[in-house]
Parts: sequence; structure tokens; C-alpha cells
Amino acid sequence: MNPTLAEPRTASEVLDHVWENRSAVPARDAYTMTLLALARSNPSIACLSIDMDLQDHFSGELHRQFVDLGIAEQNTIGVAAGMTVSADQVFANGMSPFTIARAFEQIKIDVAGADLPIKIVATHAGLASGHYGPTHHSLEDIGAVRMLPNMAVVAPIDAYQTAQATAALARTPGPAYLRLGKQGTPSPFERRPEFELGRAQWLRDPGRVVFIATAPRPNLVAAEAARELGERGITAGHLNMHTVKPLDREAVREAAAHAEVVVTIEDHRAVGGLGGAVCEATAETGGPPVKRIGVPDVHYDLVGDEGHLLDRAGINADNAVARALEVVS
Amino acid sequence: MHARESNPGESRRLALNIRRKIIEMSASPTGVHIGGSISISDLLAVLYAEVLRRPSDREALHRDHLILSKGQASAALYAALASTGAIPEAECATYAQAGSRLGGHPMKRLPGVDFSTGALGHGLPIGLGVALAGRRFGHDKRSFVILGDGELQEGANWEAAMAASHHGADNLTAIVDRNEWQISGRTEDCLSLEPLADKWSSFGWRTLTIDGHDHDQIRTALGKPSEAGRPTAVIARTVKAHLVPGLHDTKRSHSATLDRPARERALRALEEVRT
Repeated sequence: MNPTLAEPRTASEVLDHVWENRSAVPARDAYTMTLLALARSNPSIACLSIDMDLQDHFSGELHRQFVDLGIAEQNTIGVAAGMTVSADQVFANGMSPFTIARAFEQIKIDVAGADLPIKIVATHAGLASGHYGPTHHSLEDIGAVRMLPNMAVVAPIDAYQTAQATAALARTPGPAYLRLGKQGTPSPFERRPEFELGRAQWLRDPGRVVFIATAPRPNLVAAEAARELGERGITAGHLNMHTVKPLDREAVREAAAHAEVVVTIEDHRAVGGLGGAVCEATAETGGPPVKRIGVPDVHYDLVGDEGHLLDRAGINADNAVARALEVVS
Repeated sequence: MHARESNPGESRRLALNIRRKIIEMSASPTGVHIGGSISISDLLAVLYAEVLRRPSDREALHRDHLILSKGQASAALYAALASTGAIPEAECATYAQAGSRLGGHPMKRLPGVDFSTGALGHGLPIGLGVALAGRRFGHDKRSFVILGDGELQEGANWEAAMAASHHGADNLTAIVDRNEWQISGRTEDCLSLEPLADKWSSFGWRTLTIDGHDHDQIRTALGKPSEAGRPTAVIARTVKAHLVPGLHDTKRSHSATLDRPARERALRALEEVRT
């Protein structure tokens, strides 16, 4: 346990702390600190753990609000549903590949279908635990969860946005999936940004090309690719779609209105996730071609760290630039 | 909140009423899971007549919850809800019809149904969550889950069984409708469950085996508070389509439509049992 996480802070003190250390604090720690602050201020928040080593944080009075249910995803999601008879909010914590895939039926019926105030918070998303192999990859989670009614799907760009999103989700009455990675990633922000669920962020104004990305690493790729095109004299925008569902259709419309090509980037299958959502939106409203960058439709049994695996899947700036240049020149 | 008082006459009247309504609903051309609905009629009757405190009052925090994990027996639940005033009695006639609130499996939007069920293996985890919520947040709750015996082949039940005893959920009671049938045949031929009581005991549960059609045994098993620190499993030995002519203890009673003569025969048989 990292002792700094357990220091008693209010949610706003956590935000200050995370902002000051935004490129050093891993997103999951920002989440944990925010959750603890929220739980201290609201004794009707419950926290469930699928063997996520959170028990030591919930000591003393907080212990009552915490239940570790062991390595049992289906039971944990069912317990979360049951606990809403008394709890205002239930945060169910697990690892993305197992929580989403194995407990999908419970999420579909007992969480999404029932429209309950349950926040499924899962780390190790995408290729974050790359070297563990394909059993530990979570590349279908966004697509699976975004098909479910009522569910929000949120993949924050950095630790600060994770803290903001956690606080925002604790105020929403419906269910959500908060998708987190494993390692810390640099923050793109120089000034403290606003955050609103369902409202995408323009990190670089729209141009002839717009890169739309979700989650930390794909957003780094988008930033680098936009910069590179800029250096070649091709204006390129960058939109952080931190909330994949509900998709910010207005921002997508704005991107489509400006750009000759939209390139989506995600650490997820190239089908079904952010790219799929953007294509669905532009197919209905009209717009430029959309190029999707994500993990291809093959069993991904390569060994390597997150950076290596993303690179091998073409989730890198060179490929993002190349895909854009298929349309603009 | 005090426990409810025993009222044998009321539970018997309710049991008869539940059976009658199930038989009436079995006119539905879609078929009704008649066997497994009838087999839990006496369990529901004692629960609703004597055990559950404010089961259909969604606003109350101090109350008991019943989760029908074997949601295919929805007709029995609808009959109990209609007989206790949670839904209009006449609504039972709409079972499975277009636009009805009474589907083949119970949905949360119906008064008296806290959780939609029907996907097997969901009810016990939910019931555990209810029980833990009561304990952790200071609400006086008992949580009852009715499970099919075939349903116990779903692994999530055993995740919940392990967690319930670990967390000392003594306000949780699992009731297994042990009618010994599943779609393909006898449970012991498909995927054997025995020794079933030993399984629950070995998971740390206080385990009782009763005659699931004997109201005295049911009220003894369910009516008093559980043993401190341990959840209770009640293995209720029941008969599929209990006493329904031609369907009693048969595989084909799993889902059936009864024509008018068959319904009349069944209703007459129920009356004879009463007298």
C-alpha cells in the first residue's frame, strides 16, 4: 500500500494534490484517493474489491463501507446490485479483462438493465498489462459495455482527469464503467481543465485532419501525430473523447465539419470501440472518411510491454500520420 | 421490527390461491413453467403469509427482500403478489400477453419485484448484496433467495456461497427448490448435485433439509432468526407440479399449456387436497 493514498483529504484537496503531481501519480492512485475522500464524506458509498488489495485503505470507520469478495467477478457484480438497496453508490473494483468479460451477463442484467448507481472501475485496460499476455489484455471492453443501455463508458486521459471523472461519476444516478490503465502517463494539461461527463475536450483546434482518441496512450499518439502534421504544414486537431458513451456527437459533428479526414485512435480493438462509435455517428450525419486505429482482428499473442504491443498494433504516431496522409496531402 | 406471527390458516389459504392462479395462468398459449411454479407454492405462501416483513414496500429501508432467482417460476410469484395486494388480481390474466407487465421471467418494473431475474445464477449474489447492505448500513433486513436445484450448476452460486459464510451473512437464507428435475431430465442424471446438504455445510452454511410442502416445517426453517454468524440454506424437498393430475413429478411439467378440461381437472384436484 502506498501510504500517501490513505492521508485524509477532501475530494477537492485530492484534486489539488493530483494536479500538482499529475504526471507522477498513476491514474489508479488518483482514483483511489478520490474514492476514499468521497467515501469519507458520504457514509452511504460502498466499495467492493475483487482482490484488488484495497482493504488497507479502508481502515477504521471506512471499513464498514468496504467488502472484499475475492477473485469472483460474477458474484461481486451481483453483490453490487444487491447493495444498492441501502447504498447510494457502489464502486466495484476489479481488473478490466476479467471483470468486464466474465461478469458481462451480470453487468448486462443486474447493472445496466436495472439502471443502478453502480460504478465498475477496472484497471489493466487495453494493453496495460501487455507482458502478461493475451489473457490479461482487455481489448473488447469498450465495445461490449457501450452496447448496454444506461451505461456510461469513461476512459480518462491522465491522473487528474481520473480524479475529476471519479468525483463526477459519484454524482450520477446511473451505472458506469471507468476504464483505467496501470502505469502513470504524462499529463497534457498546463492549466487546470474543466471536466464534464459526455463532453469531449479539444486539445488542439480542428484542422484538415482531426485525431479523436480515448485513454492516455492513444491520446499521446494523437498529440504527437497532430504536431508532426503541423510541422509539415497540415493543420491537425486533437479531440480527447474521454467519455465514449454517451458519445459527444456535437464534438464529432464539429470535427467532421472541419476535417477532410478523421482518424480515431484507441487501445482497443479497431472494431466496436471509439472508432466504431465515431463511424456510427458520422454515418448518420455525414462527414469525411474515418480511419480507425486500434488492435487488428487477430488473436494478439505477442509478448512485450504496453508500448511495444501498441507499436506492433500500429497504435503509434507514424501510422496515425500515414493514415491521415491517405486522404490529405 | 418484530418477526411476524404464525398464522397456519392464512398460509394454507394463500398456498391454495397461488396454485389456483398458476393453473389459470397456464391457459397461456406460450406455456407456463407450471412444474417449478407449483413446486414453490407452499414456500411462497409461508413466506408471504408469515415471514416477509413489508416485502413489496420499495420505499422502506427496514424490510425483507425476496429474490426469485429461478425466475422461470414467475407465475408463482405473480400469484403471490396478486394474492397479497402488490398487484391487481385481475392482472394475472395478462400473463405473457403483449403489453403485459407479467413476463415469463419477473421484471423489476413490477411492484414487489426488486430485481429482474431469470438468467440463472444471479439471485444468490444479489441476495448476498442485500444482506450485506443491511448489515453494513444499519438497515434491519433479511434476504431470502429461492434457487432452483438445477440452477445450482451455475458457478456464480458457489462464489456467493463462499462469500456469504466468509462475511457472516446470517441475515441471508437460500431456499433450494429441490424438485430434482431440470429441462433435460433428473438433476442427478444431468449433472448430479448430491450430496447437496453436505455441499452447503462444507461452504460454512447452517443447512436444513425440509419437506417443502409442509407448512410447519417451512415456518420452522424460515421463521426464526438465523444462527449468529452463518447464512442458512434450506433444502426444500418438493415435487414438480405437486398434485397436478398428469403432471405431478414429471419432466414434461417444466413448461406446459393446459387446456380448459385440464385446468378444470387440476383445480378440482386442488380442492380435494384442501378438504
